[in-house]
Amino acid sequence: MVRPGWKKPLHVRPVPEPVSRPVFFDHPRLRRANLIAQFTVAAALEALGKNVSLVQGGRIRLGIIVGVMAGGVNYSRRFYEEVLQNPRTASPIIFPETVFNAPASHLAAFLGSEMISYTLVGDDGTFLQGVAIAAQWLTDGKVDACLVIGAEETDWIVADAMKLFRRKTIHGAGAGAILLKKDSGSGAIAELTVITDSFPFTQSQSRFETARRMRAHLPSCAPNELLCCGEQDAAENAAWKDWAGARLAPKAILGEAFVAFAAWQCVAACESIRQSEFTAANISVVGVNQQAVGARFLACADAS
Amino acid sequence: MLFPAPKNSDPTGANRVVVTGAGIVTALGIGWQKNAEGFRAGRNAFRPVTLFDVSRQRSKIAAEVDLPAELPTTKLSPNSICRLNRASKMLLIAAHEAWTQAGWNAVENLPVVIGTTSGEMAFGENYLQQAVRFPYSKKAQPTRVVHYQAQQQGLDLCNAFDFSGPVTIVSNACASGANAIGHAFETLRGGHAEKILTGGYDSLCQLTFAGFDSLQALSPTPCRPFDAQRDGLTLGEGAAILTLETLEHARKRNAEVLGEITGYGATTDTHHLTQPHPEGKAAFTAMTSACACAKISPEQIHYVNAHGTATPHNDATESVAINRWATDYAKNLPVSSTKSCSGHLLGAAGAVEAVACLMALRGQWLPPQTSLHKIDPACNFEIVRQPVDKKIGTALSNSFGFGGANASLIFRRWP
Repeated sequence: MVRPGWKKPLHVRPVPEPVSRPVFFDHPRLRRANLIAQFTVAAALEALGKNVSLVQGGRIRLGIIVGVMAGGVNYSRRFYEEVLQNPRTASPIIFPETVFNAPASHLAAFLGSEMISYTLVGDDGTFLQGVAIAAQWLTDGKVDACLVIGAEETDWIVADAMKLFRRKTIHGAGAGAILLKKDSGSGAIAELTVITDSFPFTQSQSRFETARRMRAHLPSCAPNELLCCGEQDAAENAAWKDWAGARLAPKAILGEAFVAFAAWQCVAACESIRQSEFTAANISVVGVNQQAVGARFLACADAS
Repeated sequence: MLFPAPKNSDPTGANRVVVTGAGIVTALGIGWQKNAEGFRAGRNAFRPVTLFDVSRQRSKIAAEVDLPAELPTTKLSPNSICRLNRASKMLLIAAHEAWTQAGWNAVENLPVVIGTTSGEMAFGENYLQQAVRFPYSKKAQPTRVVHYQAQQQGLDLCNAFDFSGPVTIVSNACASGANAIGHAFETLRGGHAEKILTGGYDSLCQLTFAGFDSLQALSPTPCRPFDAQRDGLTLGEGAAILTLETLEHARKRNAEVLGEITGYGATTDTHHLTQPHPEGKAAFTAMTSACACAKISPEQIHYVNAHGTATPHNDATESVAINRWATDYAKNLPVSSTKSCSGHLLGAAGAVEAVACLMALRGQWLPPQTSLHKIDPACNFEIVRQPVDKKIGTALSNSFGFGGANASLIFRRWP
């Protein structure tokens, strides 16, 4: 990726162009939507599967929660550059796409869902916070199902900023989504059993301490379970140093994509359970600058 | 545990939720007293923008906050305080007022739910400018990166008052503050926590100002919500924070109660990214849902604090929605938009207007819109135009945002 003013490019892992143009691009709300909205919709539709028509037909009350950290930064940067050049000619088409909740709005419009929708902003752990809110809405009977999506897009300014803190980290992009239902029976892939407290990085609580506490709040894990974790994080490595079981770190392959990364961890965990590779998967999220939080999924047959 | 969430208090999930502390910062002033006086008098706080260059913008006014020279004493280190910019400072001042009023002590696990549209965007703007003009200069850039992000402002609150707990940032455009309070309300009502620090904040920044100007949504004159000749909104900045707790928890510690939250409704308008559906269906549903949550009918609402941005589209839609929701009762329903005083505070709007409702309920007065010239004939309801004392028991506050985020909150006078 070109970084203005630098001879060397920035290394990023963008989402590959789709082989064929997705049908949802034809929707009037998505023609000009930013990349992060496109990723959000693509991931959401895959998670919804056959439920799309039920939502569009009004037969499922769907809640939507989208978690982002950098959000629609591409259009934000472009719009502000236009403002600096001449605010009189800054594009009124781009500005609305800069709001954090634009992807959630486009998704809701595509699905025709007028139920509650939140966009949450924060680091990687925000995805699990979103899952917890979804669980609360389901428990309280507010919705029949809830999509939780983590999404990010690449931009040179984010990659540039990341280099200030972690020189070797490569910025990634994309989205991950899971669909939660209450007691959904035979169609379920996995059961969410635990989300730990969120342990924020504060003056009195270091990253190491928060990671340790997150690990301690997860049920003791058997070695034949999967651990979906981050990559090269000293605090997280210390918390899990005795872990002898399998590890999967999507970040190592897909790059640092903040909230999307935590979403990929959950998707990978659920997929490993669906493929019967593991009966349980633990999620360890030690975010970039806010919190440590963990979760656990079980194969449904073993859930009781 | 975030899940399964702990079940405290009333196992039926119908805990009553009360406000025991409120802090507010707007261009009307710092603190409850100054803002109550401003809202009660219908005073507007608009003036020429000084924070950034607006010479090439159509609108040149906003409601800027005069920040005090010193911040209140908290547990933030001097180094941390040096790094705070406008949004963080306003948030901290509002939180300090609420925290002090509530008499809370540092606790281990206190959830924070706050709304904002852009966090500390001015830092983001500075970052980009330096990154483009001086590509190899890193001076001050790490601080800008960290403090630009909204989660840092949440963590600053944890550090300032020495607590930890989940920091949840809701960014639902101009409904962010209301959604944050609504979410905190539902969490307490459902018995998933006993107390929560909540509210919203946003500061003026060039990107947002130019953005609304590019949409021709800004008025060159002070905004006039629900005026027949209204021509746009006026931006403001500020913060409002509430300390919410279950009634049971507040009673246990003999806390003074400022008011009760009884209802919350949230919907999504799918019509357009920036324009509401002309029939205001989602707005109507948000108000109806809030009433259903509070188990009351529109006739039992004594005052509506409208979203009332003064854009032609918003006020037209909100009028339709209020008319439909209140039906025949509309003609007796006092409505006003306090944005005519404080400006549109975006992510802070819902929280500031929640505090305005609490002030009105406690003081038994209605906030007027003194700038109104001629009422839009589409309003079947009464617009409060002059300062007036009135016995009111319940108030509803609307917040509608880009992306179709709609939220309504209902407050009850205490006792």
